[in-house]
Amino acid sequence: MSNAKGRFGIHGGQYIPETLMNAVIELEEAYNKYKVDKGFTAELDRLLCDYAGRPSRLYFAEKMTKDLGGAKIYLKREDLNHTGSHKINNVLGQALLAKKMGKTRLIAETGAGQHGVATATAAALMDMECVVFMGEEDTKRQALNVYRMRLLGAEVRAVKSGTATLKDAVSEALREWTSRIADTHYCLGSVMGPHPFPTIVRDFQSVISREIRAQLSEKEGRLPSAVVACVGGGSNAMGSFYGFIDDPGVRLIGCEAAGRGIDTGDTAATIAVGRLGIFHGMKSYFCQDGYGQIAPVYSISAGLDYPGIGPEHAFLNDTGRAEYVPITDEEAVRAFEYLSVTEGIIPAIESAHAVAYSMRLAPQMAKDDIIVVTLSGRGDKDCAAIARYRGEDISE
Amino acid sequence: MNRIKKAFQNGKAFIAFITCGDPDLQTTEASVLAAVQNGADLIELGIPFSDPTAEGPVIQAANLRALTGGVTTDRVFDLVRRLRTQTDTPMVFMTYANVVFSYGAERFISTCAEIGIDGLILPDLPFEEKGEFGPICRKYGIALVSLVAPTSEGRISRIAAEAEGFLYIVSSLGVTGTRSEIKTDLASIVAAVRKATDIPCAIGFGISTPEQARKMADIADGTIVGSAIVKIIEKYGKDAPTHVGEYVKSMKDALR
Repeated sequence: MSNAKGRFGIHGGQYIPETLMNAVIELEEAYNKYKVDKGFTAELDRLLCDYAGRPSRLYFAEKMTKDLGGAKIYLKREDLNHTGSHKINNVLGQALLAKKMGKTRLIAETGAGQHGVATATAAALMDMECVVFMGEEDTKRQALNVYRMRLLGAEVRAVKSGTATLKDAVSEALREWTSRIADTHYCLGSVMGPHPFPTIVRDFQSVISREIRAQLSEKEGRLPSAVVACVGGGSNAMGSFYGFIDDPGVRLIGCEAAGRGIDTGDTAATIAVGRLGIFHGMKSYFCQDGYGQIAPVYSISAGLDYPGIGPEHAFLNDTGRAEYVPITDEEAVRAFEYLSVTEGIIPAIESAHAVAYSMRLAPQMAKDDIIVVTLSGRGDKDCAAIARYRGEDISE
Repeated sequence: MNRIKKAFQNGKAFIAFITCGDPDLQTTEASVLAAVQNGADLIELGIPFSDPTAEGPVIQAANLRALTGGVTTDRVFDLVRRLRTQTDTPMVFMTYANVVFSYGAERFISTCAEIGIDGLILPDLPFEEKGEFGPICRKYGIALVSLVAPTSEGRISRIAAEAEGFLYIVSSLGVTGTRSEIKTDLASIVAAVRKATDIPCAIGFGISTPEQARKMADIADGTIVGSAIVKIIEKYGKDAPTHVGEYVKSMKDALR
């Protein structure tokens, strides 16, 4: 069928304008060179350790485990990373790679603002110029992160086109990249877009599953029974799953944002309601109408509010290796509150989707089973929005 | 003979792009006919897409107006059926891969052949992904038009060697939209194309004035204008066809 590179089963590929083709080819070549370069990997390891605070902790949520009365629950604390989410893992890798390629400017899309903040941070650290594209709707939902990015020296461009959310930010970043390639690297934030991005981002995020494996082996002397993570584009989930793909005994569960419910139309649960399509550089599943027009999606979480899913997830879904479940706004908000009062940890509303499913799953499992839930980010950024969801009139 | 060849037999070709259904399909029909009567050699019909990542603000807005007005792929097909009873000028579709894929590639492309569409331009389908639709297009005699960009160094001969219909040369970096100046060394791109193929090449992106069109025609076999026409349609709405006709005449005159 296609002779293109970067396929995961039928998914993936490079469906982008000709103008960008040499840029992604150059990126692929540079990545293949540097990923095996000892100097590069040592420098990245040092940044991940000393700057980002890795390894992130694997925390036994004892109270939650007792309360739910089933499987033991461990939380992979990506929320404790510098900048407050897993996004920094990928950004440090890509920024360092871009620097090696001689690029002086980073552009990025952001939904919740976490990837934008991480990119702005890396740009500040590495003396690079930075422009972040963010849907205008999201700049309102996540005003604090807009301020953080500006504080870090980045320019934030509010995207007004389309639904003014994450997908439009991606479109606008792609458009910007076609107009300025020579000095600019598009620091894509998830395991999506054209090859080689899904592979690069997955590799940089797979530090999460490598650490889970080692940490759990030390604490429990075994593999987890299930790994649960939230999925928008799917970078924290891919990073959490990747190291366990060849271990069939480990269930891999991605939690999609169902919004108000998968039957309502106000949803972003791509696997649940999407169809195969071609968009944003990749073949994968997308929320779309009968004529292939990309559907407006909805979730309380700006970070999961995307109408597609990374191609490797689409493939893991096809093969049945991973399961994908929809979690509603209401379930996520309850989990957000539950983890806060039970463990004293305020998770990002994105991560709360994974917490919510673990709350459903744990009681169905045996006491000697182990669930690892990836807490992809911290929830400070969401407090005002959740308060508003609960009817409290507070401002940030 | 594929009709596209005819477009390049009347001096330098003027290719007009129009977004279907902006502001409605009747206006599109009248605008296409006005363009044809005033000298357009080939018509590029844009099937609107919700997220046109290769377009600048002008054509993005046209896509949105058309979709808001309820245009669908099937209604665009009906428009082409009506147009084909009135003109023999070559027509190609310009849209995005998902519009074709979602409709069912074979169903979409066979319908193109049946209603008299001559080619297909998909800006998000580069050389590496041609296999997605290329074999089906060949089966039905639809030219899958290839694009070459200012950044295509090292790729031009490969792309040109397999080009069908005409070769679309993207004049400059970035998305569609009018530009005051085009700085790319287009002559050397065209020279590289000529080495690999006899297929005509037309330059698009950023061209709006007769002077620019004349300059491009000195280099290539034709010139493609989109945003400038869409701007006229945006400005005059249902009254656009006469204005589109006048504009096309001024551009084609510059190429004669």
